[in-house]
Amino acid sequence: MYLTLDGVEKKFQSNTNNEVKVLDDISFEVEKGQFVSIVGPSGCGKSTLLYLVSGLEKASKGKIEISGEQVTKPGPDRVVVFQEDGLFPWLNVLDNVTYGLLLKKMPKKEAEAKATEMLKLVHLSNYADSYPHQLSGGMKHRVAIARALVMDPDILLMDEPFAALDEQTRMALHNELLEIWRKTKVTVLFVTHNIREAVLLSQKIIVMATRPGKIKATYHVQTTQDGYTPDSVTLDLEQKILATLEEEMEKVLKEELGDDYNFKKSDIHRDTNGDMGSGI
Amino acid sequence: MVIWEVASRLSTVPTFMFPGVLQVLETLFNGIINGQITGAIFQSIGRLLVGFTIAVIVGLILGYLIWRYKLVDDTLGFLVVALQSIPSIVWLPLAIVWFGLGETAILFVVTIGATWTMTMNTTSGFKNVPTLYQRVARTYGSSGFHLLRTVIIPASIPQIISGLRLAWAFSWRALMAGELLGAGGGLGHLLETGRSLGQMDLVISVMIIIAIIGTIMDNVVFTRLEKNVQKKWGLS
Repeated sequence: MYLTLDGVEKKFQSNTNNEVKVLDDISFEVEKGQFVSIVGPSGCGKSTLLYLVSGLEKASKGKIEISGEQVTKPGPDRVVVFQEDGLFPWLNVLDNVTYGLLLKKMPKKEAEAKATEMLKLVHLSNYADSYPHQLSGGMKHRVAIARALVMDPDILLMDEPFAALDEQTRMALHNELLEIWRKTKVTVLFVTHNIREAVLLSQKIIVMATRPGKIKATYHVQTTQDGYTPDSVTLDLEQKILATLEEEMEKVLKEELGDDYNFKKSDIHRDTNGDMGSGI
Repeated sequence: MVIWEVASRLSTVPTFMFPGVLQVLETLFNGIINGQITGAIFQSIGRLLVGFTIAVIVGLILGYLIWRYKLVDDTLGFLVVALQSIPSIVWLPLAIVWFGLGETAILFVVTIGATWTMTMNTTSGFKNVPTLYQRVARTYGSSGFHLLRTVIIPASIPQIISGLRLAWAFSWRALMAGELLGAGGGLGHLLETGRSLGQMDLVISVMIIIAIIGTIMDNVVFTRLEKNVQKKWGLS
């Protein structure tokens, strides 16, 4: 196994000096080159889990290992793509992409050549000299992805990278991401709250329960030979995941909206006219 | 200006106390030609540059320390706020006792006047760097001095520029007050000379020069700096 999490637990100190357990006993494995998604309701600690793998946060308990080596601090082998693009506004696109390469002590010429190539892959080679504010939201995200991929990371960690984008841009970026993934064979750990996104993109889906964050179920997505998933399969799987999540979502909503809130509507069929559908 | 000239001519106050526009302009022109005012300008600006530079460097270093170490923030951070509320000219008596009435005392006041503002702006600039940028940089393996140089400082440039602007204004005021009371030439001292000789035309000329220099620095230098950054960042 490539990435292994074993009994990982994370506690945060809350304001009132109580310890809040965010993640509880998380164990799963990811194979090299696999595309794994983590879905869950808001506040289930899925982003925290990603930060633990990246090394930005430290686990309170348990082990996180990559090819047998324990994760202790952030490193360029595990690059994160954040929800906001996180491009440096004082650097132009090319300098943003070469930032990590120059940190690895790569000669400037080589780094720029590599960055240009990666920008071509995300179809942005014409914008190398632009500053981030001159780009649209989708373009910025593509730069952020290029900046991560150019590092040749072992694992690409994505924290709801497309959540802030409009539907069309998101769909275009899904296709681009899948293409890039097939080309580069990079291992991806993808956090999202969007079930469809998870089903479309990944080979394995981990569904999380909330408060404290736990693994509730794991699904494998059946893909056809060419790597594409037929609609019937995705729809079926979406329904299954939604059913698994329903209970969790109700828990979250009840906490936020009060106890009398019901996520599920009454089971008896009623149509909007108030009759039973046949003029009775 | 016409009203000024007319008022001056009509008033019963003697012209040396309330000179007209033409007389002031004449004194100003002569002062620039014969080097009396020009010399004072260079002397003042020279002092200002030295004091300002020291203040900026000290401010940046203190700002960094306050941002970096919690202990420094709790102790020095509070002190800086207190010190900043003291008008810099208040330091002059102390400076005169320490350094004697001369160059050093004025430089000290100028530096003190700008340091605390610069420190506070640097600190808040550093503190307001979005966590996202720091996280991004750290995942690419940046840390320590590299993180400071490539992320923390560039990200706080807008705040540092407004710090520079304020520091400049504070040191400019401190300089004038210091020169007025202290010895050793400069525009402030020329004001004092004008007063003791009863030459209000000279006093007003110097005031005009002070206003011009202040405006040039603020509008041309700092506003342009700010605009450039805003344009590059896409803020405006």
